[in-house]
Amino acid sequence: MLRLRDVKAYYETPRGVVKAVDGVTLDVRENEILGIAGESGCGKSTLLRAMYDSLEPPLKIVAGKVEAEMKNDRGETVTLAPGEIRKHWWRFISYIPQGSMSALNPVVRIEKQFFDAISSKHHLNNKREIHKRIASYLRELELPVEVLNSYPHQLSGGMRQRVLVALGTFLHPQIVLADEPTTALDVVIQKGILLMLAQVQEQMKNSLVIVSHDICVHYQITHRIAVMYNGKIVEIGPTETVFNKPLHPYTQMLIQSIPHVGDQKHREGISGRPPSLIDPPPGCRFAARCPFVMDICREEMPSLLEVEPDHFVACYLQREPLQARKGVG
Amino acid sequence: MSDLLLEIKDVTKVFRIGGLLFGTELLAVDHVNLSLDKHKPSILSIVGESGSGKTTLAKIILKLHEPTSGDVLLEGKSVFGPHPDLDTLAYYRAVQPIFQNPFESFSMRKYVDSYLYDTALNLKIAKDRKEARDIIADALSSVGLDINALAGKYPNQFSGGELQRISVARGLIPRPKLIVADEPVSMIDASLRMNVVNMFLSLKEKYNVSFIYITHDLSTAYYVSDYVAIMYRGNVIEYGSSDRILTNPMHPYTELLLDSVPTGGKKWERHLKLPDIELKEYHNTGCKFANRCPFVQAVCRLNKPPPVQIPGEREVLCFKPVDYELGRTTPSQEPEKVTI
Repeated sequence: MLRLRDVKAYYETPRGVVKAVDGVTLDVRENEILGIAGESGCGKSTLLRAMYDSLEPPLKIVAGKVEAEMKNDRGETVTLAPGEIRKHWWRFISYIPQGSMSALNPVVRIEKQFFDAISSKHHLNNKREIHKRIASYLRELELPVEVLNSYPHQLSGGMRQRVLVALGTFLHPQIVLADEPTTALDVVIQKGILLMLAQVQEQMKNSLVIVSHDICVHYQITHRIAVMYNGKIVEIGPTETVFNKPLHPYTQMLIQSIPHVGDQKHREGISGRPPSLIDPPPGCRFAARCPFVMDICREEMPSLLEVEPDHFVACYLQREPLQARKGVG
Repeated sequence: MSDLLLEIKDVTKVFRIGGLLFGTELLAVDHVNLSLDKHKPSILSIVGESGSGKTTLAKIILKLHEPTSGDVLLEGKSVFGPHPDLDTLAYYRAVQPIFQNPFESFSMRKYVDSYLYDTALNLKIAKDRKEARDIIADALSSVGLDINALAGKYPNQFSGGELQRISVARGLIPRPKLIVADEPVSMIDASLRMNVVNMFLSLKEKYNVSFIYITHDLSTAYYVSDYVAIMYRGNVIEYGSSDRILTNPMHPYTELLLDSVPTGGKKWERHLKLPDIELKEYHNTGCKFANRCPFVQAVCRLNKPPPVQIPGEREVLCFKPVDYELGRTTPSQEPEKVTI
């Protein structure tokens, strides 16, 4: 389990401080698939790096805290802080990156990369035993065992990404983070990989966090979804609820802008663009593009409020129930 | 002379991979025939996964690649024939590109509007910068932008959606008859995507511009296009009315594609086995989809599937609608019979 409390993760650049994650409070629960949705530059990948404790300059957590609750070998629950989380990479928490070509070492066979990644993290010391375990795990995931003898360039993009999923889940970590695991892949392969991730989560009953800009991907496989906009979470709740009854105007407009095969309804995008992360406005970050903007929206950022069980939204409209029901369209 | 704006006639493109002696050949585009009507502007989507040959085909239409065999005709005039009727300048006045990544189409060190001036002057649409300015202002206003808002600005001062809008305005400068857009929205955020796509629709209506929209995204293809061509390993496997094909696919591959698009509607079945796709598919003697097809029969592996015509609706490259019979190229007149 992961707990984030008012986390601010900033990049210090010569042009100014980029407030990529600006006050995020979030729990990653046990046995769930949590989706993080948002457009490019909204801070969703940075949030994942904060969770993974992968904080290299210029990225820094300047405020708030990230805590991880890990069950250790004796079954006790231990609380880890940033700096300690990274000592338990692969076993407790693992990360599936998006560019499968740059994530794997191009001149090392896949099997060696499995050995290198997990060598210090398991109790097996017999090489043959490890090989057997890896091979049987690949078979479980319906991957051909021959990939172990291949170099990354000999595999297709989809196969490489599946190898990364296998590598990231081999030691049964309690938390798996996947950053856009299917970008640049074809739709058929994308579906296969997403279903593979969902299937692995179902078997291990651990927590899976998926970052994707495609809100329909979240609808298909996540249990809960957090919608980010300009460094902040604007809405979070059970995926089904958020999809069928979005409460934040941004979520509403985003869902309505997506065309579907067989539906000829006219669709509009959202005009304008998100504000700069270096110098964000004082009020709600979406105010400049919001059709329902009020004076207060420009003055103070609304906080996340629970409007119905487990469904949180950061919007002043939701504090005046009459206006809220109108929604968009 | 011709009733067709653009005719792609039996175009084939072969790439050689590797050395002269031991290299292999890759059939990127395999005898493709497509056409666009001259009198009624339309949007044709070319849909396919990576490696399907859609970008190679686009590059041939944009005269960036020369086909190994076959020809492209613009209003009946040959582009690649032994005696081409059109020179490059005349061709680019009629056919203009929009590329995938707006952040790469513009140099970060040059003012955005310098590209618009270059186009106007290089294509000899305008004699001098003064005349060019009027033409550019006109092109920009047709995509809802003001020339003064661009002056002295660099690309990083615009969003992806705005830059793609400027790319379209640049393409509109010669008042072309056809715009070829290669994945124009794949690098743009979801919230801005529809603005670009809607612009295509309004330009088609207002300025009679036809579009070839190359994409892997079936949802926007359905939204925007009149016709659709589905490509697989170099072949156009289903081609015709976009509404008919995408709501009632006949080729098993089209069906697989439609089934894989994540939607906000029906949830996926939880199990799917991915094939181990190989390069070999390019060299299959029969149907290239045979190894993955759930309806495959012996005839599919050995023989090239026939182009089956469903009058007024589509063409399908598949044995299934003709009951796996060799030599029958027109099916019985019951297109509805094929429900998968």
